[in-house]
Amino acid sequence: MRMKVSDEDLALAAGAGDGEAFAVLLERQYDRLFGLCFRLTGSRAEAEDLTQDICAALPAKLSSYRRQARVSTWLYRVAVNAAHDRRRRRASYMKATEGWGDWEQARAADSAAETQRQDWLIRAMASLSEDLRDTLALVLDDLTHAEAADVLGVSEGTISWRMSEVRKHLRALKEKEEAE
Amino acid sequence: MTRPDDIDDLKAALSAATPRPDPERRAANLRHARENFAAHAQARTKESHSRQGTEGATRHRSAGPDRGLLTGVMTMLSRMTTRGGLVATTAIFAGCLLVLTPQGREVLTPGPFLRGEAEPPSPQPAPDAEETRDPAPSTDRPVTGSTAGQPTDDAVTAPDPLNATRMAESEEESDLDGGMMDNMLAAPAPAVRPEIAGRSAEAAAAESDFGGLARDNAPTAEGEALPLAPDTEAFANAAPSDLKITAEAPVSTFSIDVDTASWSIVRSSLMRGELPPPAAVRIEEMINYFPYAYPAPGDGAPFRAELGVIETPWNAGTRLVRIGLQGELPELDARPPLNLVFLIDTSGSMDAADKLPLLRQSFRLMLSELRPEDEVAIVAYAGSAGRVLDPTPAGDRQAILDALDRLSAGGSTNGQGGLQQAYAVAEGMADEGEVSRILLATDGDFNVGLSDPSALTDYVGEKRRTGTYLSVLGFGRGNLDDATMQALAQNGNGTAAYIDTLNEAQKVLVDQLSGALFPIADDVKIQVEFNPATVAEYRLIGYETRALRREDFNNDAVDAGELGAGHSVTALYEITPVGSDARLTDPLRYAPAEAKGTDASDEYGFLRLRYKVPGEDESRLIETPIPSELSADENASFAAAIAGFGELLRGSDYLGDWSYAAAIELAGANQGADTFGYRSEAVRLMRLAQSLSQ
Repeated sequence: MRMKVSDEDLALAAGAGDGEAFAVLLERQYDRLFGLCFRLTGSRAEAEDLTQDICAALPAKLSSYRRQARVSTWLYRVAVNAAHDRRRRRASYMKATEGWGDWEQARAADSAAETQRQDWLIRAMASLSEDLRDTLALVLDDLTHAEAADVLGVSEGTISWRMSEVRKHLRALKEKEEAE
Repeated sequence: MTRPDDIDDLKAALSAATPRPDPERRAANLRHARENFAAHAQARTKESHSRQGTEGATRHRSAGPDRGLLTGVMTMLSRMTTRGGLVATTAIFAGCLLVLTPQGREVLTPGPFLRGEAEPPSPQPAPDAEETRDPAPSTDRPVTGSTAGQPTDDAVTAPDPLNATRMAESEEESDLDGGMMDNMLAAPAPAVRPEIAGRSAEAAAAESDFGGLARDNAPTAEGEALPLAPDTEAFANAAPSDLKITAEAPVSTFSIDVDTASWSIVRSSLMRGELPPPAAVRIEEMINYFPYAYPAPGDGAPFRAELGVIETPWNAGTRLVRIGLQGELPELDARPPLNLVFLIDTSGSMDAADKLPLLRQSFRLMLSELRPEDEVAIVAYAGSAGRVLDPTPAGDRQAILDALDRLSAGGSTNGQGGLQQAYAVAEGMADEGEVSRILLATDGDFNVGLSDPSALTDYVGEKRRTGTYLSVLGFGRGNLDDATMQALAQNGNGTAAYIDTLNEAQKVLVDQLSGALFPIADDVKIQVEFNPATVAEYRLIGYETRALRREDFNNDAVDAGELGAGHSVTALYEITPVGSDARLTDPLRYAPAEAKGTDASDEYGFLRLRYKVPGEDESRLIETPIPSELSADENASFAAAIAGFGELLRGSDYLGDWSYAAAIELAGANQGADTFGYRSEAVRLMRLAQSLSQ
């Protein structure tokens, strides 16, 4: 029905009170949003909760959506902020370890190689600072450095620098593991 | 060995690992969102009819906070936005940065050696250069001319267009955050963090209108085990002062700063094997860490200004003008009795070897320096503030030591409750002719309760007028909130020091006890008018967070730094003499002709100092010309080495190819008497930084 309308138009319509537009928009964006939440948190359960938080809070935020931003960028910014909120809450209430550190190992891997790959992924993600991890989550979602910069509220140069840091980390991690 | 496709591997692994959303949750979440949307739309309609927004609350389901808390958070956020918006471009930016700065910073990274070895596979810029450049506010967002030039007092700069965009954005984000709260257990932290940035920026704005900078630090390097505790440090800083053209802006005004926290933070970072976050590097605090043994004032003035000019180590075409202030050291026997309130953070985060235990030892050291007639009280704060020790004469050592030993870490921090109580205790102890000071010892975590940091610093600023001084001692790393500490100390007429070792406690609390505790001059301001006939350009090194407006110099209502007994303060200007090849700007063709030596001036400029005798309201003035002849000056050379070191750590553009090696050589050659080994320690740290930076 409204499948041809752009996300941006949907968001504006939703901001103006169009419930149907909101439903369509969220339906379209949900999976991508969930994927990002997962990459930000490293835990499926956390990602589900985070997505729920975001969905529940979106209606109130839509009125602040302006056309200057692409809906995806805007939504990512919402997601990143929400993820930060959750982390702070965890840190202040539980002094908890953060995402990826306690990533559940439940996902049974179907091969030894896959297991190894996932282990490496967890180690790699856990070894990154949250800034770097957030940046990586966005860039690996095929955002350009400029878009990621926009989402995180930093300059494009910072994103590029962070990505080079990520590479350095990964390389160092590998070397360390190979040395062991 | 490196493979350039690590990122691709990661991407593939990540896509493989990313699960599909749970269909039931998905459906439930979508339904929930639609319901919220409907409720929200309804509430909005009602709101537009009656201007009472409370119906909006009904849209929030889940075990959210009660309305009161929510309102509080929203108020805070909206305050943050408007105030922040008013402050300055960089402040906003810092705010955004902080909002986005996650807690867990100090996750493991490979050891320094590993970091150093590997070159990036892609044509990324050299790691050093980028690393130091990264903290966005300093380089990514150039300071606008207006921010550097005309700092405002405690607030209002007209937002520029850029600023407006930022404001819009930050409004959007705050709004988001606020909304977020609805559906979550409202944690104070998210609301507080931006506020801290905004506030510290604002506090810095008391002296300058650019300010607090969140830490976006270089990666940490700890070759240790996997994820470490999350790190929530925040540092106060501002973009380096930019070059000024004498013909256009001949007058430079700033407040003195006797804090030394930055040097200790730099040291603690280096000792942990990592370069300090550039935002933690405040050059004036590094320079002022060291004793310079300037001649003492003799003529009854509380301090004396000593000037020196040397060639700039990193630029043959420029000169460094050193302004040294030496506070008198009054006869210690005649010092007034001292009322000390130890306000001690006993929150859970203080439970680390370098925090509460070090704090206990430090205070124990200091006790031996107190006199029997001095009084000590202890207030602890964690969750609920509590008086641990009633005012007790320092002679009753055992009672004080016992009280210190009873302190244990637990609970969360309520900085304001503690502060209020400490001020109340201090006011109760105050007597005519005595000096009252609160020593706040914390790891900087003010994150629970009434902890809106702007309210906190406002409160401290208010209390300043009661005559009670507030000094802040930082302990431990991990969530050191340097920005708040700075803001508190600057507003509370106090100093901020960071104590990382017992040696440092010895220096701050014992060797400099008198200076740290007895102010001899309040609101000390420095103004230099450069002579356009001899100086083409100049640049103040450091003191970015201390800049004042030109008119603030003569305005006694404007707060500035305090000078303690025996303190020395050093400030460096890098100047480009007229006619030097090193001049970076071209003279204007249509400018009024510069007075080309017509008055045969042999002065680089004129120094004016204002200060108040403690307790007085009217400032006094000291004036002296700055002669242009070069002097061989060991102190200035050492200060220059430290300044250069700081600039290297911050990633300055002004150093050319001057390197750590040059800094090491220069500092090594100008050790002076160095009774306590501070200068030789500096050389060791420079060497460490040199290795870490490679």
